[in-house]
Amino acid sequence: MTETLSGAQITIRLLERQGTRIVTGYPGGAILPIYDALGQSTVIRHVLARHEQGAGFIAQGMARATGQVGVCMASSGPGATNLLTAIADAKLDSIPLVAITGQVPRAMIGTDAFQEVDTYGLSIPITKHNFLVNSAEELLEVIPRAFEIAASGRPGPVLIDIPKDVQTQAIEIANWPEPGRVVPPPAADPALIAEAAALINAAERPLLYLGGGVVHSGASASAVALAEKAGLPTVMTLMALGTMPVDHPLSLGMLGMHAARYTNLLIDECDLLIAIGARFDDRATGKVAAFCPQAKIIHIDIDPAELDKIKNAHIGITADVQAALDQLLPAVFENSRKNWADRSIALKNQFPLAMPDADNPRSHFGLIRTVAACLDNGATIATDVGQHQMWVAQAYPLRRPRQWLTSGGLGTMGFGVPAAIGAALAEPQRTVVCFTGDGSILMNIQELVTAAEENVNLKIVLMNNAVLGLVHQQQTLFYGERLFASKFRAMPDFIKVAQGLGIAAVDLDQAPNPCATLMEAIARPGPCLIHASIDAEQKVYPMVPPGAANRDMIGA
Amino acid sequence: MNSFNRAEQQAISRAVLEIDVNNHAGVMSHVVGLFSRRAYNVEGILVLPVGDGSRSRIWLLVNEDLRLAQMMKQVEKLEDVIALRRHNADHAVFSDLESFFRP
Repeated sequence: MTETLSGAQITIRLLERQGTRIVTGYPGGAILPIYDALGQSTVIRHVLARHEQGAGFIAQGMARATGQVGVCMASSGPGATNLLTAIADAKLDSIPLVAITGQVPRAMIGTDAFQEVDTYGLSIPITKHNFLVNSAEELLEVIPRAFEIAASGRPGPVLIDIPKDVQTQAIEIANWPEPGRVVPPPAADPALIAEAAALINAAERPLLYLGGGVVHSGASASAVALAEKAGLPTVMTLMALGTMPVDHPLSLGMLGMHAARYTNLLIDECDLLIAIGARFDDRATGKVAAFCPQAKIIHIDIDPAELDKIKNAHIGITADVQAALDQLLPAVFENSRKNWADRSIALKNQFPLAMPDADNPRSHFGLIRTVAACLDNGATIATDVGQHQMWVAQAYPLRRPRQWLTSGGLGTMGFGVPAAIGAALAEPQRTVVCFTGDGSILMNIQELVTAAEENVNLKIVLMNNAVLGLVHQQQTLFYGERLFASKFRAMPDFIKVAQGLGIAAVDLDQAPNPCATLMEAIARPGPCLIHASIDAEQKVYPMVPPGAANRDMIGA
Repeated sequence: MNSFNRAEQQAISRAVLEIDVNNHAGVMSHVVGLFSRRAYNVEGILVLPVGDGSRSRIWLLVNEDLRLAQMMKQVEKLEDVIALRRHNADHAVFSDLESFFRP
């Protein structure tokens, strides 16, 4: 049986067939046919953001929390340009995202038409792939393909730009394409796996280095199993936090710029570094020439271009991390490596992570620990970008993959609130907490309205030091204490702002018993802003100064 | 395209890349943009459709430095790239064109 459908109807039908149940976006002239068709869908729920960047991050939050492809939409011109930051963010953190933008009709492309911008050209460097759709027929190929590309291999964002006349073009459809699905990559070369196992078995001081790829691959349990079997002390990148519970005896927490000293020092001593789904980012390695100077390197990644990009691997394996671990685990000998474990414990005792004032809920670490004490491992923790992000990375007891949503690669202020809304929409059974700062929250503050409208179970913990903390810190430490443009002279009343935008708000500064107030606010369903002033003079310590080796940390 | 003089140009070792791609309006941007955003200079570009026109072949003349292997891996990741082959700098595709590029 054939149906006659418009390009817009085909687009929505293909999204339905993909299994998409929530899309988020913002309408406008050039995407109205798609919105008209979306309004008729009984399957897909549309969440209206209040800014296209918010829509992009809401979709990212859904993708980060679930691993499923997130979908967002925007109109042409400013709608598309506003999406770009969220798309670039997804590219750097390898988040599967399909962004659909309206475009001016084909006949007007290249005429500088109203709200025309070269969305295709603009999105080339920040997408995994992109499409400009030339006909309604093409949608049948492009949309499933976009989902396949976004989810397969190393995940990433795909943009589909659809001219308005393609959306309104009606065609007859007899057969629907299969939905786009993950295409499994080829298995790892068994010879390389055997070599890797031999290297691990022969190593005296091997260390496991886990990256975000472990989360994407769903390989956390296997990574922990490898660490346990072979006695591997384990470091995680910012993106991998939660893959090994932070209080696991083998966990050394996060490595790099704001790691604990013992973590970076132990990496200096290892004789074999096993990097899995990690990309030797500069914030993780510090000065590359001085990173794991004694170690041979085994590098497993699904993206062959990551092998030998920053550090040459002695054994480089292109494979899905989970599949590679399945092959590797039986070949690795059980070994507790007692001496190495003792060395790890000794360093940890000698150079622990200092968390001063952690018992005081009015201090930055104390606030984070108190929030954690109110929640179990089911809670999802999002952050914005800045000092608060690093403090939460250091202090929150993350124990579950996909528990932790943070903008790692691009470091986008404004990420937190919309991403947390997305996580709460995707998994309404969980409590979602977003730690943010007074700088970051203002970058997407309008999404508080979306949180109110959707009544998501989101608690925003605003750590307010009235400065741009990381800028303030760098200016203090490295720019002769010349504080410029980092201190806010005007500060909004965030309690009134939150209430004015429709969500509940509590001020821990005014609470006689901040722990009780915090617990109450977190336990109450629905969105809530929790405001807490913190000391602007506090630094993220310890710290690897820019350009320095990881062993040369400064601060407590 | 860069600040090397002719003598310096000749001293730099070169490579020729032959890239089979899907033929559509954006594919050149994808390939050339990849080199420019990674600050990798492209000295020469040739492209024409092949066969029935559904595919094109792009020839690039590039400087050979330590990053070339990484660039080739990045090229191979582009969805529209079907195949990538590397040749020596003396490949006929560019040397036969020299008469068209006399100052």
